[in-house]
Amino acid sequence: MSTYDASFRIWRGDAEGGALGDFTVEVHDGEVVLDIVHRLQATQAPDLAVRWNCKAGKCGSCSAEVNGRPRLMCMTRMSTFERTETITITPLRAFPVVRDLVTDVSFNYRKAREVPAFVPPEGVAPGAYRMQQIDVERSQEFRRCIECFLCQDTCHVVRDHEENKPAFAGPRFLMRVAELDMHPLDAASEAGLDRKRAAQEEHGLGYCNITKCCTEVCPEGIRITDNALIPLKERAVDRKYDPLVWLGSRIGRRKG
Amino acid sequence: MATGTERPQQRPGGVHDASRAAITARHLRTDRWWLAPAGTAAGLLAFIVYSTWRAFANAGYYAAPYVSPFYSPCLAENCVEMRGGPNWDLFGSWWGLSPALLILVFPLGFRLTCYYYRKAYYRGFWASPPACAVAEPHAKYTGETRFPLILQNAHRYFFYAAVPVAGILTYDTVLTFRDEHYAWGHMGLGTLLFLVNITLIWAYTLSCHSCRHIMGGRLRHFSEHPVRYRLWGWISRLNSRHMQLAWASLISVALCDFYVYLLASGAFTDPRIF
Repeated sequence: MSTYDASFRIWRGDAEGGALGDFTVEVHDGEVVLDIVHRLQATQAPDLAVRWNCKAGKCGSCSAEVNGRPRLMCMTRMSTFERTETITITPLRAFPVVRDLVTDVSFNYRKAREVPAFVPPEGVAPGAYRMQQIDVERSQEFRRCIECFLCQDTCHVVRDHEENKPAFAGPRFLMRVAELDMHPLDAASEAGLDRKRAAQEEHGLGYCNITKCCTEVCPEGIRITDNALIPLKERAVDRKYDPLVWLGSRIGRRKG
Repeated sequence: MATGTERPQQRPGGVHDASRAAITARHLRTDRWWLAPAGTAAGLLAFIVYSTWRAFANAGYYAAPYVSPFYSPCLAENCVEMRGGPNWDLFGSWWGLSPALLILVFPLGFRLTCYYYRKAYYRGFWASPPACAVAEPHAKYTGETRFPLILQNAHRYFFYAAVPVAGILTYDTVLTFRDEHYAWGHMGLGTLLFLVNITLIWAYTLSCHSCRHIMGGRLRHFSEHPVRYRLWGWISRLNSRHMQLAWASLISVALCDFYVYLLASGAFTDPRIF
C-alpha cells in the first residue's frame, strides 16, 4: 500500500467571511476525499466543520464542491486526481454558509413543503395499493434521490440568481412533482389539484432552461432532465399550449 | 468565527451573495470546462454560416437525380425543374428569393426549439450557464418564462412539421436510385450519402423529446396502452442518443447539400456503383 502527501485548499470561515487555507495531508491508497477531511480533522484542524454520515453515497450529507464541481466527498476517489494536484474543497456555493464546509440547506426543506404530498385514491386503504410495475417504474427512478442537493446547488437558476429562489423550486422538487404526476395511483387531479399547473405557476418550471447540470452532478445517475423535467415541461405544454390536448380533455377523450 | 479575511466586494446575488461562502472566484473548476461550450459554439456557428450561404445561394441545388435537402420540397415557381422530383409550386411566381427560405423555416424551427439544441446554445452562445458550477455573466435570469423564450413551448408543432419534411426527404432518397438520365435501378456514391442522411434525419426526428411524450410519455397507465408503451420504450432508447443524433444529422444534411453543390457546379461527377 502506498502513501503520499497531497496538497489541499479548504475553505474555512462563516457568514462573516473566510478564506481558502492550505493543508498538506497524507493520503493512502483507496481513500476518498472525505477520508482526507477526517484525517485533517484528526491531525491538524480539529475544529473543521463538515457534515457527513454514511460514507457510502447513500445519505447525501457530505455534499461539497471539489475543484469547483459539486460532489459527494465520500464518493470522490483520491485516485481520480493527479498526486501533484492541489485539490480545492469549498462548501456548496448556492446556499448560505454556516461554517467551513457546512451550509444551510433549509431552502430545500421549504421547497419540499411546498409540493403537495401524494393524494391517496379514494376507497383504497393504505396497504391495499396495487400497481403494475410498468406503471410505476418511471416514478421509481426518481425515488433513488438521496437528497444530497447537488442538483439544487449546481442549478444556475438559483446558484447565480439568489432573487429566483422564491419562485423556483429547483430540479429536485420539480422532479418530485413529476414523480407524483406520473404516479399511477396519485389522485391529485380528482381532488382538484393540478400538478402540471402548479409546476409551471408555483414551482417555476419555466425557469429551467434544460442545460442538464442537475443530471451531470447527480450521484445516483438519475436522468433528471430527460426523464423528469422535460416530460414535465411537455405535460405543461399539453395543459396550456396544446389546443388539441386541451379540447380532448374537455370532451373526455384523453385521460391517459 | 471569522478568519480575519474581509468579504470581497462583489455584486450582490449569485455565488457572491453576502450569505454564501466568501470566495472571490466565479468558479474553481480546474478542468477544461470551456472546451465543450466552445466546441459546440464553433460547430453550430460553422453550420449557420454554411447553411446561410447555401440557403441564399439559390443555385447548385439540383444535379440529377440528387436534390439538396436544403431545397426540398421546392415550393416556388423559380425552382429548377426536377423530373419526378419535389417540385411543388405552392407560392407561385411572386416569390423571388431563394426557395430554400420557404422550407428551411420548419427544420430550423424544429432544431431551434429542440431540447438538446437549447442546452447547446444556451451554454455555447449565451453562457447561461457556460458550464456547470461556472457562474453566468448575466445580472438577471427569467429562463423560459416570458417572451421570446416562452415560444420554446412550440417545439411539438415544429415536430409535427418536421415529420412530413422527413417524409419528402425519404422520397428524394428513393429518387436517388435513378441515374442522371432518370433510369431506375442505379446507385451512386450520392445514394449512399442520402441513405445515411435520411436514416439519421428520421432517427433524430423520432428521438425528439416531444415525440417521446406524444407517443406515450403523457400516459399515466402504460399497462392500459401496451402499443404506446412499446413505442415509448423504443423512442426512449433512441432519445438517450438524441444529442449524438442531433449532431450526426446536422453534419449529414450539410454533407448531402455540399455533395449536390459539388455535382451541380461540375467539380466532379457522381461515382456510379451500378
